[in-house]
Amino acid sequence: MSVIDTLLPGKTRSVLLAPILTNNPIAVQVLGICSALAVTTRIDKALVMGAAVILVGALANLAVSLVRNYTPSSIRIIVQLAIIASLVIMVDQFLKAYLFELSLELSVFVGLIITNCIVMGRAEGFAMQNPPWLSFVDGIGNGLGYALIMLLVAFVRELTGAGKVLGFTVLPLAIEGGWYEGNGLMLLAPSALFIVALLIWALRVWKPELQEKD
Amino acid sequence: MPNVDSTRYTIGFAAVVCVACALVVAVSAVGLHSRQEENRSLYRQKNVLLVAGLLQPDAEVSKKEMREIFDRNIRIRLVELAAGDYMADGKIDPETYDQLRARNDPALSRVAPPNPAKVSRLPTYAAVYQVIDIKSGSVSQVVLPIEGLGMWGTIYGFLAIDRDGRTIRGITFYDQKETPGLGGEIANPRWQALWVGRHAYDANWEPKIAVVKGVGGPPEQFPHRVDAISGATITSLGVSRLVGFWLSDDGFGRYLAHVREGGKS
Repeated sequence: MSVIDTLLPGKTRSVLLAPILTNNPIAVQVLGICSALAVTTRIDKALVMGAAVILVGALANLAVSLVRNYTPSSIRIIVQLAIIASLVIMVDQFLKAYLFELSLELSVFVGLIITNCIVMGRAEGFAMQNPPWLSFVDGIGNGLGYALIMLLVAFVRELTGAGKVLGFTVLPLAIEGGWYEGNGLMLLAPSALFIVALLIWALRVWKPELQEKD
Repeated sequence: MPNVDSTRYTIGFAAVVCVACALVVAVSAVGLHSRQEENRSLYRQKNVLLVAGLLQPDAEVSKKEMREIFDRNIRIRLVELAAGDYMADGKIDPETYDQLRARNDPALSRVAPPNPAKVSRLPTYAAVYQVIDIKSGSVSQVVLPIEGLGMWGTIYGFLAIDRDGRTIRGITFYDQKETPGLGGEIANPRWQALWVGRHAYDANWEPKIAVVKGVGGPPEQFPHRVDAISGATITSLGVSRLVGFWLSDDGFGRYLAHVREGGKS
């Protein structure tokens, strides 16, 4: 057995890797679209948002899984919500302390992770039935899948909208004396819908098993 | 294992979860508070530099460089709003004066007269930032803290006025909760640039500058008009009113009169 097999035996590996492509939360399950529209105008914002979702998703899954056998089923959703909300507030406080200027723009959307269908959905759909470690890995996997799409969308939007990649000018804008005419639509939310749709299309062509039968 | 679905257990479990979550939130909020406060005060200083044109919006400067520029070019003074004079004796240290806190302290503030900007309390002393021209050592402009109600909450910002007491040198908003993309555009440097060079007062020294619908036009032609933001009528109106309020005699009107007369600095 190779090292990777010992570290990540079959089941754990598929739990980690499946959400990145074949079961991607945005491109396949079409969850968490709201933040994909809102914070993908720049790559740095998408990066921080992706990291926040990975962190909150993994820790929320872990905590929910740890108490799953003690949680009364009648209040399980509100318990999950309380756990997720506390983690989100914690992340937000850290952003305000260490990445202040980014937090000014991101705080609104970080707060919305509380209601992000991906985090909530994995807590209820996976962590309630699975042991802590596997749930933790599932949270990371789904966060990675989310972050990957966020990055792709942000890359396209920042490049075609502002002519930049991670803040560095790649296509000099005409209004700043360059030659590239910035595409204003790309800086507005609807463009992310088109890009996500194109990504879904590409993914389904590449992996035909994802297509539904008519 | 107790009966997980009994009412008693459910209530007990809910209580434990609440306490545990409250603990996580409280620890992170309290533990990071001082760092966040430092960030806020740095960000305010940065905005003073931005509005005074000492820093470009997209410039990358370290915290240390920023503090140096601030210390070299800016002198903080306390102004007694009602009289418009600088505070006579140094009973309060301007460097550590927290105007937002003073505003809520009955001993250091008063209830504001009814005003369209919906400012509820006025501090006795306001912290203004004198921008010093390094070559001559004289004050070239003053940066005034302004605030007022927007659509979703209070908007905080700075207004820079030339030493002629009339010409606007810049405006910035560092804390606002307006709708991103609509009212939030007041934080956009491009919109803020529309204010530069316009006149705060008319010929009779009445506050005149206003945010209006339609085209604002160049400052030379329309010195008292700033183009409003499309889709953000209430925010635009709020900004217009709050600037008007702070230019009036309830705000910095008397102080600015002293600034243009020169002398009392």
